[in-house]
Amino acid sequence: MDGSKGFDDAQTGEQQIRNFNINFGPQHPAAHGVLRMVLELDGEIVERADPHIGLLHRGTEKLMESRTYLQNLPYLDRLDYVAPMNQEHAWCLAIEKLTGVEIPKRASLIRVLFCEIGRIQNHLLNVTTQAMDVGALTPPLWGFEPREDLCIFYERASGARFHAAYFRPGGVHQDLTDKLIDDIEEWAIEFPQKLDDIDSLLTENRIFKQRNVDIGVVSEQDILDWGYSGVMVRGSGLAWDLRRSQPYECYDEFDFQIPVGKNGDCYDRFLCRMAEMRESTKIIRQAIVKLRETPGDVLARGKLTPPKRGEMKTSMEALIHHFKLYTEGFHVPAGEVYAAVEAPKGEFGVYMVSDGTNKPYRAKLRAPGFLHMQSMDHIASGHQLADVAAIIGTLDIVFGEVDR
Amino acid sequence: MSEALNELGAHIEAKRPDCVAAWEVSLGELNVDVTPSNIVGFVEFLRTDSSCKFSSLVDITAVDYPERAKRFDVVYHFLSMYQNQRIRLRVAVREDEMLPSITSVHKSADWFEREVFDMFGIVFSGHPDLRRILTDYGFRGHPLRKDFPTTGYTEVRYDEVQKRVVYEPVSLVQEYRQFDFMSPWEGAEYILPGDEKTEEGAK
Repeated sequence: MDGSKGFDDAQTGEQQIRNFNINFGPQHPAAHGVLRMVLELDGEIVERADPHIGLLHRGTEKLMESRTYLQNLPYLDRLDYVAPMNQEHAWCLAIEKLTGVEIPKRASLIRVLFCEIGRIQNHLLNVTTQAMDVGALTPPLWGFEPREDLCIFYERASGARFHAAYFRPGGVHQDLTDKLIDDIEEWAIEFPQKLDDIDSLLTENRIFKQRNVDIGVVSEQDILDWGYSGVMVRGSGLAWDLRRSQPYECYDEFDFQIPVGKNGDCYDRFLCRMAEMRESTKIIRQAIVKLRETPGDVLARGKLTPPKRGEMKTSMEALIHHFKLYTEGFHVPAGEVYAAVEAPKGEFGVYMVSDGTNKPYRAKLRAPGFLHMQSMDHIASGHQLADVAAIIGTLDIVFGEVDR
Repeated sequence: MSEALNELGAHIEAKRPDCVAAWEVSLGELNVDVTPSNIVGFVEFLRTDSSCKFSSLVDITAVDYPERAKRFDVVYHFLSMYQNQRIRLRVAVREDEMLPSITSVHKSADWFEREVFDMFGIVFSGHPDLRRILTDYGFRGHPLRKDFPTTGYTEVRYDEVQKRVVYEPVSLVQEYRQFDFMSPWEGAEYILPGDEKTEEGAK
């Protein structure tokens, strides 16, 4: 009934009104990647949103089936490329669960340290670019500077600014230097000051609040219906955090708070992310203190990880071992396992089916963004077109992980 | 941890013996095998039962075992934020079999089921909008089946002459490399040229 056939009973122009469909993306800067969304608009009100995802689909899960466990590790970086190490973590945890490997204490602390660095990286990007989506230009300029520092820490630890491949099954690739640990600590002491700066720009900003308060409200029932996780849950007042409720690695030894929101709107999610960055800074500082007290190896030497470089120069066995590990790879006992971590965006999980060979029989990557994106129609319906950008921003979508 | 899971498994089996084909706790996770026709009722039971409360759907995926008669395992993961437990359901389905959709119980199953349909070709009956989701518009085949080649069948490029994107059959400059790492002493049967003559001579 779009009125195109004409009406016989009256001749007013108003009867020609029909809903308007627009194509949001795939190259829209507020789409945070390649999202094509068909929006049906009634005036400026969104009636229906149909996200078309898959424009960044690379078939990661298929590729994983023909590569060894270690060769697959770098694929995890390329999922949520904003916080790469958090994904690697889930992959390593799944393998360690299947093989029953205990990783050394120092490796565990380094993992926690870099997971929290990843969380800050993610939230810095998300908070500031979401502010840009709703009209503020300065926050991203201020936020990317500390983010760059974090990238340099990544580089100094692993050799790569983003796609680190630093967490390995059985530990982490290399030990951190004392200088790097000192520098991270120095950074963590200064960082809250920079957060205060961003706070002063946004938190009480009139325009920012007008654009975010009471937009995209998520209720407890929505959380259950749509399978939300991460900040989408905590923004609505449920203190659900896998680091606390199902502790993995050594998170149970750390002292940190779980910030929760009250109203579940975009503004509360923003506040949650800001508070989480402060909590992560606390964890980083605790991890550094613990790291200084725990010297030792960073890899569980055994059948999963290569021997030390020095050993390989003298021992034939070690050399053979290294060669076999990097050609054939290690074998993982048959079984299936699901390992989840609290990634910055929510629950990131790896479901792995192993048939006892050196390659996973099936690996499924459960991305939090996939479920958040799915509910776009539910959240955005009834909002203004301009709010869609604000909502996508706080849903925290990265298409690397949604499309896989 | 596993004691609580054992208890939970026994409780579920006692309450719904018609749905549970088998259950076990392995690697600290509760696995339940469910019969295909009962899946919707069982998921509803898991969501509402006060000692389960598996109210969040975490994941739906499938695993392909081409050599089995019931070729696919559809795997559901649920999480209870209230009981702090996880559960995994496995449903074995044949290739030509339809599985009831659980979108009526969990709205979030919508995209997961679309993805499983896209990747494995398993049809979910009662799904509101079973379209492909991750693959290209007009894609053919189901990529995560084991008989689908990793390289795919078509490749896409932008044609300068026609000024548009064209689809062509895959042509590989080099054979797709699949290394066999099996040690010659453990299993792999390497036939050396000339060896067959000695076998024949022995006969």
